[in-house]
Amino acid sequence: MKTYDIIIIGGGVVGCMTARALSRYNLKVLMIEQESDIGMGASSANSAIIHSGHDPMPGTLKAEMNRLANPMWDQLISELGIPFKRSGAYIVAIGEEEFGCLAALSERARQNSVKTEVINANEMRKKEPLINPAVSGALFTPSAGMVDPFSACVAPLENAIQNGVKVMTDTEFISFITNGRRIVGVHTNRGDFTCRWVVNAAGIYSDEIMHTAGVRPDFKINPRRGEYYILDKTEIEMNNILFPVPSKVSKGILVLGSTHGNVLVGPNTQQTPDKEDKSVTGDGLNEIWQGAQKLIPSLNQRAIIAVFAGLRATGNALCTSSKVDYHHDFVIEVAKEVEGLVNLAGIESPGLTAAPAIAERVVELLKDAGELLTKKQDWNPIRLARPRFNYMTRKEQEELVARDAHYGRIVCRCEMVTEGEIVAEIHAPLPAKTYDAIKRRTWLGTGRCLGSFDMPRVVEILSSELGISVSEVSKKGTGSEFLFRPTKEVDA
Amino acid sequence: MTFKDRYDMVVIGSGPGGLAAAISAKKNGAQDVLVIERDVEPGGILLQCIHNGFGVEVFKQDLPGPAYAQRFINEAYQVGVDFLLDTMVLEITRDHRITATSKRYGFLNIQAKAVVLAMGCRERTRAQVRLPGARPAGVFTAGTAQRWVNVEGYMPGKNFVILGSGDIGMIMARRLTFEGAKVERVLEVMPYLSGLTRNYVQCLMDYDIQLQLMHTVKNIIGKKRVEAIEAVAVDEKWNYIPGTEEIIPCDTLLLSVGLIPENELSRQAGVLIDPVTAGPFVDDGFQTNIPGIFSAGNVVHVYDLVDWVTEAGLIAGKSAARLIQAGPQKTEKVIPVKAGENVRYVVPHTLNPDHLIEGEIRVQMRVRQPIEAPVWVEVRSGERLLHRKPEPYARPGEMVTIFLKPALLDEVKAANGLSVAIAKR
Ligand SMILES: Cc1cc2nc3c(=O)[nH]c(=O)nc-3n(C[C@H](O)[C@H](O)[C@H](O)COP(=O)(O)OP(=O)(O)OC[C@H]3O[C@@H](n4cnc5c(N)ncnc54)[C@H](O)[C@@H]3O)c2cc1C
Ligand SMILES: Cc1cc2nc3c(=O)[nH]c(=O)nc-3n(C[C@H](O)[C@H](O)[C@H](O)COP(=O)(O)OP(=O)(O)OC[C@H]3O[C@@H](n4cnc5c(N)ncnc54)[C@H](O)[C@@H]3O)c2cc1C
Repeated sequence: MKTYDIIIIGGGVVGCMTARALSRYNLKVLMIEQESDIGMGASSANSAIIHSGHDPMPGTLKAEMNRLANPMWDQLISELGIPFKRSGAYIVAIGEEEFGCLAALSERARQNSVKTEVINANEMRKKEPLINPAVSGALFTPSAGMVDPFSACVAPLENAIQNGVKVMTDTEFISFITNGRRIVGVHTNRGDFTCRWVVNAAGIYSDEIMHTAGVRPDFKINPRRGEYYILDKTEIEMNNILFPVPSKVSKGILVLGSTHGNVLVGPNTQQTPDKEDKSVTGDGLNEIWQGAQKLIPSLNQRAIIAVFAGLRATGNALCTSSKVDYHHDFVIEVAKEVEGLVNLAGIESPGLTAAPAIAERVVELLKDAGELLTKKQDWNPIRLARPRFNYMTRKEQEELVARDAHYGRIVCRCEMVTEGEIVAEIHAPLPAKTYDAIKRRTWLGTGRCLGSFDMPRVVEILSSELGISVSEVSKKGTGSEFLFRPTKEVDA
Repeated sequence: MTFKDRYDMVVIGSGPGGLAAAISAKKNGAQDVLVIERDVEPGGILLQCIHNGFGVEVFKQDLPGPAYAQRFINEAYQVGVDFLLDTMVLEITRDHRITATSKRYGFLNIQAKAVVLAMGCRERTRAQVRLPGARPAGVFTAGTAQRWVNVEGYMPGKNFVILGSGDIGMIMARRLTFEGAKVERVLEVMPYLSGLTRNYVQCLMDYDIQLQLMHTVKNIIGKKRVEAIEAVAVDEKWNYIPGTEEIIPCDTLLLSVGLIPENELSRQAGVLIDPVTAGPFVDDGFQTNIPGIFSAGNVVHVYDLVDWVTEAGLIAGKSAARLIQAGPQKTEKVIPVKAGENVRYVVPHTLNPDHLIEGEIRVQMRVRQPIEAPVWVEVRSGERLLHRKPEPYARPGEMVTIFLKPALLDEVKAANGLSVAIAKR
């Protein structure tokens, strides 16, 4: 049986950031992820905003983690090569009544130690010419930004791998191995592994995992689905993050220019009992469209190029501070009912933002629990980003193609992804083995044609680079293969 | 092979539109002509259209797609057209500088006197028709499936439902049936066929494949791979009719829900795009608003016969050759051509009446509402009827063509604008 110091369950942004934080120390760390790739849960289907922290209820872990994490991103992106833009965000008031709400929002931001600035309607129009002419003003939060959310998973995890962390995909946690009160390992579909600590970072399933150890039986995640539209960057140009004035239940439908140029609108909020239900609905999409048009009335449906949905891991944990009456806080704790379990649960928004601070908190929790963590002498904080043809100047492109001819062949015509990039991802420290894995890493197939052009080509590249037959190449792991048999067999 | 960095004319795309433009430019006096194609072989979409039905207009012969393309490829090589294959054009500027990239030839910068845009079209996707449901593997455009089956030689499924009665979808229904797959159903949201009637007869009726008009997909079911779709009937406004839902088990949903001209390069160059056709505004020589930038084929508007694409390419190549040799011509008067009653769009958008001296001018349009009765296709200048032509019916899936004869020269010259209409006889 393989033995580790720490096993992390779940390769979302929380697990990946935690893996990297732990890789700094002399520890044997294993991450297990049930899917064929990391980042297939909430971490790759969200609004991609690094929140300023103006919004969470003051005094909660959400507010604290957000405040601590926001400034950490500058160093992270420079060490790890994650696309990121600290663009600031606007909470836009439409009509006089909403303008009146901005003061309360700015007061909450102040309590959260977040800087904001109220700007008038004219300034807002100047910042965003497409804005609803009925705009009455906005609250600007300069420290907000946008990130490539998938890169925020893969980059820290690759860095963790460079520093000795082991990752197993297609590996599902089934139950704990225990010795009295102590957790000493995990049973998985691919064998048993022993360890001294388990970090439960299983996103929407984190409640069920702790329940198998009898921990927090009342804690429950009630998933809430959020749907999105992506709009073609050649049809609409926008570089801002625009929120509406929030309602009691949600931050509302926002519109933002993403790090890769396309415009994102969404999300709505729908309760769903099914933890696998990432479908999009006609009603949901109508709701988003109406919400988005409140901010940008000129949005044209012709510009829609993709739709998707993500599931929020909304928990029911009380805020640890008894002074705050809040029922959906993050759970970041060493479990009390057993020994050797860290729970990172109920991590809904602002969980992407907060992930690096959550990861550091895990290190502190372990130290507090008596772990003697010693730093590695040779820890390397740097993970180099791989070339992205589409984001280079013509001159850089020319040099890249001269250096390696594979980068001269465009495979995805909308997002301009080259064969060189695809091959590099297949052979990266965290190899991309499926179509969607390549898509998340390169944005291939996310443009206007949704992959109808590149799909046959990528299947062929995956097949030859991985040395498997084309009918074994899948979209997102076993059971999602594209092709199932050759047409008439022909004699050689 | 080495390539020059200056050409008289550069054609982007080697489909029937691009090939015809290149050949015709050469024949009409352009010195050196280069075709740039991102695929490894010339021919465009025709290479995957292995069914017949091509060439009836141009060759009076019924050919499969690759055979039709091959005739033009051979001719292009014979007249000395250069080809840069496996090369993607990244950018065209308004002053005709072209940037391209290739695994074989590296990064290329080329200056042309004239450019012909012949990038063809792409298929609409599930997002563009706002298809709800899960997002498993097994939802493909019909064209992607066509490439897999006809070019790569692999089957992307066993049990199919096809959404949309476009030609590619119907042709694939037959093709997949030949290969042993089961096509459970073809669903069409409109009350009429969106492709050609001949394809309905030869591809669906002959193989007992059921077509349901005024039906759409309400839900896609399946986690990893499609397991079923939920079909539903709709009213005239595309609202679902409650109680008509039906779960159809299948492993693949093919979409044949329309084609969109591929004009990202054109836009970058400053070419103005007609929101109705999604292609450039063109004159009768297929020149765009940018002098020296022409366009040909499905990049202009979606044709339903490749033969028409070829004709358009021949005209575009000829006008480009004229511009290269004689420089920009001053036109005395440009006549706008507008879509009138029951016409969704008409191409060209403007015409130079002097071109009637050289021969007739082809005007092509699509009808808005189907008329299953004899119609007139009419061309007017103001209220005045200049020309009309009878047709047995008018259907949105079938383009309508009318020719302006040289005899109309004076009247067209005198007009402030022309409009075309299609009405019941
Ligand atoms: C609609 C929406 C919008 C959002 N917008 C923002 C935003 O703008 N800014 C922001 O900061 N945050 C945002 N969030 C929140 C953010 O996306 C999440 O907080 C964050 O991604 C959570 O990361 P995670 O690692 O906890 O979960 P996940 O990314 O869901 O990862 C959990 C992983 O655990 C794996 N797993 C589960 N069970 C098992 C098992 N038994 N064995 C092995 N592996 C298992 C899963 O497969 C998954 O990969 C948004 C969330 C949603 C849904
Ligand atoms: C999937 C599909 C199936 C079809 N099936 C039929 C059919 O069965 N019957 C029928 O009559 N019509 C069919 N059509 C319509 C078909 O497009 C036209 O009939 C005809 O092929 C159009 O010719 P074209 O020259 O305009 O474009 P295409 O044949 O599409 O040629 C355009 C060429 O330009 C190249 N290109 C585009 N952009 C670039 C760039 N940036 N750099 C370099 N090269 C570029 C493309 O690779 C392509 O080879 C189909 C269309 C599609 C999309």
